[in-house]
Amino acid sequence: MKAAKGTVFKYGDNVDTDVIIPARYLNSSDPAELAQHCMEDIDKTFIDKVKKGDIIVATKNFGCGSSREHAPIAIKAAGVSCVIAETFARIFYRNAINIGLPIVECPEAAAAIEAGDTVEVDFDSGVITDVTKKTTYQGQAFPEFMQKIIDAEGLVNYINAGE
Amino acid sequence: MGMTMTQKILAAHAGLDKVEAGQLIEADLDLVLGNDITSPVAIHEMEKMKVNGVFHKDKIALVPDHFVPNKDIKSAEHCKCVREFAKKNEITNYFEVGQMGIEHALLPEQGLTVAGDVIIGADSHTCTYGALGAFSTGVGSTDMAAGMATGKAWFKVPSAIKFNLTGKPAEWVSGKDVILHIIGMIGVDGALYKSMEFTGDGIANLTMDDRFTIANMAIEAGGKNGIFPVDELAIAYMKEHSTREYHIYEADADAVYDEEYTIDLSTLRPTVAFPHLPENTKTIDEIKEDIAIDQVVIGSCTNGRLDDLRIAAKVLKGRHVANGMRCIVIPATQKIYLQAMEEGLLKTFIEAGAIVSTPTCGPCLGGYMGILAEGERCVSTTNRNFVGRMGHVDSEIYLASPAVAAASAVTGKISCPCQLA
Repeated sequence: MKAAKGTVFKYGDNVDTDVIIPARYLNSSDPAELAQHCMEDIDKTFIDKVKKGDIIVATKNFGCGSSREHAPIAIKAAGVSCVIAETFARIFYRNAINIGLPIVECPEAAAAIEAGDTVEVDFDSGVITDVTKKTTYQGQAFPEFMQKIIDAEGLVNYINAGE
Repeated sequence: MGMTMTQKILAAHAGLDKVEAGQLIEADLDLVLGNDITSPVAIHEMEKMKVNGVFHKDKIALVPDHFVPNKDIKSAEHCKCVREFAKKNEITNYFEVGQMGIEHALLPEQGLTVAGDVIIGADSHTCTYGALGAFSTGVGSTDMAAGMATGKAWFKVPSAIKFNLTGKPAEWVSGKDVILHIIGMIGVDGALYKSMEFTGDGIANLTMDDRFTIANMAIEAGGKNGIFPVDELAIAYMKEHSTREYHIYEADADAVYDEEYTIDLSTLRPTVAFPHLPENTKTIDEIKEDIAIDQVVIGSCTNGRLDDLRIAAKVLKGRHVANGMRCIVIPATQKIYLQAMEEGLLKTFIEAGAIVSTPTCGPCLGGYMGILAEGERCVSTTNRNFVGRMGHVDSEIYLASPAVAAASAVTGKISCPCQLA
């Protein structure tokens, strides 16, 4: 059912939440306003280039640092449909699931996919397809409990559904 | 197969006899924390939940500390949102300007965190309370909202890395050097998703403030939590500060650890983390070149406690900060501020040419009260030296102990007190 398809923005190790959304902008919690500054300190052109549906691919420890939920909120509001990484920092991982930003851990895809590639992600199967390179990768499946939160599109809906 | 200290606390709060690494559990919470940046988002999310108010008005702590006293209109609106929520829900532990402090220094001091607790906080440095033998971990705002509403949170039971600390640290070596050494050794994701469990007879040689500093930076190694055994010093601290009942958990003798390290504290040297990751560490002896600096910050949830200020004052007493240097000292709580005043530490700072600020996270996250310009360098006792963390994207932060920070303020370059005349 759910899938993402878009152009890849590629980053390296340890992309921290301070570069995803610098704290100087955290006097706002408005998603649209936060999105305007998304990735600003690591990639000044990101927000001008990103299109709805695009995908971020990074290597290890994506989202390390602060617990600010503003980081996945900014990424989601910027139009990004999925983040693929070798590993995610644990608070970012929770936050992304809780707010309904799709994320996939896949070391092979994180290593091989390059900036500008067109990539498709099937969230049901976890299969990642690099359309440009004509390669596929198997992303790690979520535990069933987390999958329910993801299916509910976030923790608030999950709790309201009385699960 | 036995359980780690963290696993035992989680099992007890999930109503289970036993848990193992990787298991998903739902645990009862003893405290849910938020600040002026994360709470407004949590309050907004909680409003969307079909719940009637908070689960327990005494078990939520709201501490506006990041951009407080309000640095601008938007921050003021956030603080107002938190204040009104606290009032409406009759939150006992809301800390207004005048009572507040930096959250992770304030809550133990207020007796709100004790051994055996399970605590979540919408701030990554919530792991600080592991110094008292609590399981505490940082979460985001939606988890905070769910915690405030239900009094529960889900966790994946972590595996652990054991750090066996032996020996006694030398003069001018403190908790900051211990944790920077560890992060330098295992890397910023070396403990990803895991507990960092500290054991060993060397712990007896660490003050409570040292232990708070070490547990505080577990997150900088990617850790889920950092935790210390509960000894006489920790018990004395809790008895002094809290009326709450505490519960002592010990790791089983046959607990399983992913990795084990032994660190002889007597061999550690003052350690500095170079830009732009806390893992880029060098001992003071390995720094051969002169690194000129523009600013020093002594404060934060990592190193703004009384011991930290005492060490900094000892270095600055009878000395003066270098020409052109800005040295900013930020006591972490009102109580620490007052005690520092009574001990004459603030006089020492001011006479040395430093400034003393009201408690705030301020410069640590590039909020205000000490933002760096392009190309500027700061030696800071804070916890992160990421790109742009304290200001301009082309500024640099060197993380160090209060001793090294104070000595660097005097010389204008990265220095150890042992290098001062």
